[in-house]
Amino acid sequence: MIDVHNLTKQYGAKRAVDGLTFSVQPGVVTGFLGPNGAGKSTTMRMIVGLDHPTAGSVTVNGKPYAQHAAPLQQVGALLEARAVHTGRSAYQHLLALSQTCGLPRSRVDEVIEAVGLQGVARKRAGGFSLGMGQRLGIATALLGDPRTLILDEPVNGLDPEGIRWIRDLLKSLAADGRTVFVSSHLMSEMALTADHLIVIGKGKLIADTTVAAFIATASGSLVRVRTTDPQALRQALSTSDVAVRDLPDGALEVSGLTTDAVGIIAAEKQIVLLELTPLQASLEEAFMDLTRDAVEFHATAAPHTGAPS
Amino acid sequence: MTTPYRVTLPRVIRSEWTKLRSLRSTVWSLALAVLLLLLLSLLIPLAVVAQLSQMKAGDLARLEAVGPSLAGSLFAQLAIGVLGVLLISGEYSTGMIRATLAAVPRRLPALWAKAIVFAATVLVLMTASCLGAFFIGQSVFASKDFESGFSDPGVARAVLGTAFYITSVGLLGMALGALLRHTAGALAALFGMLLVLPIVFGLLPQSYGGSLAKYLPIHAGEAFASVRGTPEALSPLTGLLVVCLYWVIGLALAAFLLKKRDA
Repeated sequence: MIDVHNLTKQYGAKRAVDGLTFSVQPGVVTGFLGPNGAGKSTTMRMIVGLDHPTAGSVTVNGKPYAQHAAPLQQVGALLEARAVHTGRSAYQHLLALSQTCGLPRSRVDEVIEAVGLQGVARKRAGGFSLGMGQRLGIATALLGDPRTLILDEPVNGLDPEGIRWIRDLLKSLAADGRTVFVSSHLMSEMALTADHLIVIGKGKLIADTTVAAFIATASGSLVRVRTTDPQALRQALSTSDVAVRDLPDGALEVSGLTTDAVGIIAAEKQIVLLELTPLQASLEEAFMDLTRDAVEFHATAAPHTGAPS
Repeated sequence: MTTPYRVTLPRVIRSEWTKLRSLRSTVWSLALAVLLLLLLSLLIPLAVVAQLSQMKAGDLARLEAVGPSLAGSLFAQLAIGVLGVLLISGEYSTGMIRATLAAVPRRLPALWAKAIVFAATVLVLMTASCLGAFFIGQSVFASKDFESGFSDPGVARAVLGTAFYITSVGLLGMALGALLRHTAGALAALFGMLLVLPIVFGLLPQSYGGSLAKYLPIHAGEAFASVRGTPEALSPLTGLLVVCLYWVIGLALAAFLLKKRDA
């Protein structure tokens, strides 16, 4: 259980995190979404006490992280940037961290096996690929068998097999009753993993909701309808709030009306319907709709470099 | 809920011991310091002995047998000082510090444990090496009946004092690494204090240049780590206190900032 209350972080003139309040519940995977630069990493760093909040507070399982007597049993964290000395082997890295709280040496072997690094555990971490580094970071997070896991972009650099492994791992950790808080800037990844979503943009909370509800609110009503008489149906549906557009296969896409409403209007005008389907906006579209105004870095069209006219 | 896996200072010390041993650069720096002390304790006394017959009476009167046998300490202090810097700045440059502070979120035990492990390791190694260097050097001087005994006045203080001085430079390096958090900056600060400032103070008129210069780490160290002080030097005890003040203040500032700054 993570409780974030009015959390704020100011870096000079820039407010990276701006009055965030939310809580992360145990037993489900909670996704932490936002465009790059939205303040996700800063928030996660404040949760584990690496950054001090400018204002507000954050507790993990009822206490600020630093006040827990056995911190590694409370929280395991994988933060975005690498946190491993490049000159040390994976095994010695994990051993040193495990010794800070007297974990048994066997635990180090267990987590190395759990993330599949047995073959390279004695090699220097500086030579690890991005994916191996990410697995070592996850082994570090799992070390104290923590009640709460905080993972910043865990799928970065992993191959498809590794991504699938992470998804299953996160779900099984949540199923154990742990609190699992995972950040990503990819909505599609969260859709496959998360049950609950916290969406932020420019440091502010945009949504705190379930994945299903998030899609429903963001997509609005979009209906695909096929008829024997598109012309008549188009006329019947046309009001100021409704937009109708032709689809390549001859069907119509109606936005601003539910399937029920389209069906009733068609029946009143005695138009034959061949197909009537509610459409969901893709998750990525829903996410972009919500965060459009909160994106920190917009790409614009490339400037012209051609000869002067 | 019981929490058997509490963070305690002895446990963090164990962790820092593992960290110290598991880096190749640490092992190399320590080996280099030992090797330089022992090697020069042979070479410098041999060079002195070779010149002994051609020396003027005045030079002979100033000559003593302990200083030349500990000549390697000039290099050893640099190797140990650099290692002190790297042990902390290396954690910042690689990001390891985030793992360290996430595991020890109260932060200060991590700094204390690092300093304790490093100081204890260096002190043990340097005490053994300085004793070894002293006896190697004296065995060379013995050929000319010029050797000093360990129980002669000031000899034990100079030999053990050298080991303590080198350890102090290591702790000063560690404090600078923790304060500046960047390897290059901390090394520049360390070399500036040890090597450049003595030259700068030498350029100043004796009246105030000399009165301040004796408080520099290297001169304060000489006050207790050599058999014969110079007339303008501090007393051995004052020299010892001044050298300790450097790293005590440095580590205290580092502790204050470690608690206060974002990692």
